[in-house]
Amino acid sequence: MDEGLRSELSKQGIFTSTLEDLYNWGRQNSVWPLQFGLACCAIEMIATSMARFDLARFGAEVFRPSPRQADLMIVAGTVTKKMAPQVVRLYNQMPEPKYVIAMGACAISGGPFKQGYNVLKGIDRFIPVDVHIPGCPPRPEALLHAFMTLQQRIDGQRLTGKSRPRHLNAEAPSEFPVPQFGAKDLEPPFNPEVWQPPRLVRSE
Amino acid sequence: MTTEYDPYLFLAVFLGIALVFPLAPLGLARLWAVLYSNNKPGPIKNATYECGLESKGDARVQFRSDYYLYGIVFLIFDVEALFLLPFAVAFTGLPMGAIVAMLVFLLLLVEGLVWAWKKGVLSWT
Repeated sequence: MDEGLRSELSKQGIFTSTLEDLYNWGRQNSVWPLQFGLACCAIEMIATSMARFDLARFGAEVFRPSPRQADLMIVAGTVTKKMAPQVVRLYNQMPEPKYVIAMGACAISGGPFKQGYNVLKGIDRFIPVDVHIPGCPPRPEALLHAFMTLQQRIDGQRLTGKSRPRHLNAEAPSEFPVPQFGAKDLEPPFNPEVWQPPRLVRSE
Repeated sequence: MTTEYDPYLFLAVFLGIALVFPLAPLGLARLWAVLYSNNKPGPIKNATYECGLESKGDARVQFRSDYYLYGIVFLIFDVEALFLLPFAVAFTGLPMGAIVAMLVFLLLLVEGLVWAWKKGVLSWT
């Protein structure tokens, strides 16, 4: 619907909407996170869901203990290489539409353990991450901001067309390959469909 | 005063409403599922247990049946003592029926103790 016509109609007291808007409105206000914490960031995630910061204001207070009932995976904390297969497996078990917030320096890049041998350098190497939050740990306000950013992203998703999100596309996969905990590193070390190592391009 | 309508008409109307009320949302949900919600099953998604770890082994394992001896001895020495204390406190004021009931309870447990003793549960060496 034309934006100008809609605003003209709303001035006359006629509210118009589209199926897409209704769908996105419903989705963005009932995101149920998975009750899943990995490290100290989980404490901040718990604080966000409690009364002082009150994630319930955004319709996301229902932390589900089962991935089958959850929409949103908040990867809160250090993802060790031993834990990464479990994280990906839990993500695979969530029904579509599903979203991921990588919370904290460890989850987005490995953080203070980036130079170490046993921490995954960012969960976005294996699963598609919607919102990254920096910080060590991020304050609950940062998680709230990330959540609002996710809501804006959901609001901008189209129901049809080429740019429609993954869960509306029948060809797009819902499960992502689970890495194996190998002798030296995860095998494979990253999912090339989701993440590619940055390539250095030298200027002549 | 006679009713000018069939009283059973209400039932028919309510039956209609009762059918439409659940079927309309279900039908809409079904329509949405056909149009937009792609079904994407997979081996991990359809796994029996929603867990980060893959389940290993068989769920049909055998448990050791030795526990029932501990159960009986626990009943004799612990639960019985729990009832014996209030019984002893209220002993003088109890009617005959209560004493008989308590004695039946005690004798049943003493029988269990005798049985366990005979079986050699009480010797540790």
